[in-house]
Amino acid sequence: MTTVQDLGRPGYAHLGISASGAADALSLRAGNLLVGNAEGAAALEMTLAGGTFEFESGAVVALTGADFEASLPMWTAVRVEPGDRVRCGHARSGARCYLCVNGGIDVPLVLGSASTHLMTRLGGWEGRALKRDDILLTKLGGRPWLRQVSGPAPRSGAIRVTSPVDAAAVCQGVWEVQPDSDRMGLRLRGPALDRHTGHMLTEGVPLGAIQVPPDGQPIILFVEHQTTGGYPKIANVISADFRAVGQLRPRDQVRFEQVSIDAALSLLEAQEEWLHSLA
Amino acid sequence: MRVVDASDRSLLLVLDDRISLAAHRNVLRLTPLLQSVPGVTNVHPAYASVLIDFDPRAIRHCDIERAAAELLAQAACAPAAEPRTVEIPVAYGGEYGPDLEAVAALTGHTPDEVVALHSGADYLVYFLGFSPGFPYLGGLPDSIAAPRLETPRRRVPAGSVAIGGRQTGIYPMASPGGWRIIGRTALPLFDPAGDPPVLLRMGDHVRFMALVRGSL
Repeated sequence: MTTVQDLGRPGYAHLGISASGAADALSLRAGNLLVGNAEGAAALEMTLAGGTFEFESGAVVALTGADFEASLPMWTAVRVEPGDRVRCGHARSGARCYLCVNGGIDVPLVLGSASTHLMTRLGGWEGRALKRDDILLTKLGGRPWLRQVSGPAPRSGAIRVTSPVDAAAVCQGVWEVQPDSDRMGLRLRGPALDRHTGHMLTEGVPLGAIQVPPDGQPIILFVEHQTTGGYPKIANVISADFRAVGQLRPRDQVRFEQVSIDAALSLLEAQEEWLHSLA
Repeated sequence: MRVVDASDRSLLLVLDDRISLAAHRNVLRLTPLLQSVPGVTNVHPAYASVLIDFDPRAIRHCDIERAAAELLAQAACAPAAEPRTVEIPVAYGGEYGPDLEAVAALTGHTPDEVVALHSGADYLVYFLGFSPGFPYLGGLPDSIAAPRLETPRRRVPAGSVAIGGRQTGIYPMASPGGWRIIGRTALPLFDPAGDPPVLLRMGDHVRFMALVRGSL
């Protein structure tokens, strides 16, 4: 599945509209910097399987994120000529690969963003995943120079979370990502968590919240998440590990580790420094 | 006000632990004030709380907390916008409201009585949430509160008017849903090209108008 994504449309949660945007925003931002774009330009997000993309005119492109056994090297700005094809296969590891093109993908902005929100069919290319024979335009622009960089260090350890309460219950378990996970939420299966008792008044939910529905099997609310919810939340994924969540695939085993907010912000700062070193 | 560090990029302000008009009025006034704070990226109002998302590279939790406390004091004396009343025409029952009969049976009414009670009440939009344009409405008469379906439907048509427990609502777009559908409106609640893209706004009053059976 391939969709058009950018950094999403924040600012509409009060209307019930979540931000959406790239599932691994760090990879999208890095790819854009490689092809000389602003880091939030629209690009193609491939999930689990890629596709073949033919260029009618020349461009500079970069593939970032997970390795999809593509015909081009990863994390490298590459010039393509008219008629060239970029082939992407299946995810070797991870779940999402980004194809960034100099200038960025040109689709009409909906509420200020090119991001596809699949659940509501909002934004992107006709509000849907791309199909065979779709023809997309790119904008002019970008100041690429051809180079290769190293991707960010892969995250193989626990996904780090913060919590205003003790999140030991979710940090002790090993969780398996379920196949019905999507951009709205990653459904996990493992040792059932205790239901928090008592009535919960519906309240706003942030990106990365780990919600515990009545069956005790947690859900990580992700980029297309609902804006409010009534289930208890046990913890929240840290910003620096959103990209790790975006690279989870069905059947992956997940562990969580609780850190302080200060630690989470230091990790985010380090990640931003890496990104800015590419600019 | 209770403040919860919901994540490394968000703060939850809890104004009350139950649904109240006083908390609603504060949420209503506080939301636009918070939206104008530099570094705030999204504000999620709810019944008695507000979640504030922000860019942690631009602003810190303690700054947001301080700003929120000041704005809450301002909000208490800020004039509220004149409430609007939005009338929503509804085709009750039949193919548009497949659960009307069941709601009538569950609540000990005739279907016509359920329609009269539902369309006779004044509803308040506490907030929009869950999905684009979905209104959380207060004011459903207790006598027509009906439990949710045991098994949610895979697809509820857009515009469906439904009862779920002590709540009533309108599905802005086709989606799965577990509430009992008693009717449908042809008014679009969400239009991405519209400005604003939603029909209803937080703080609006809503009246449902019963259409002649069979029309939409």
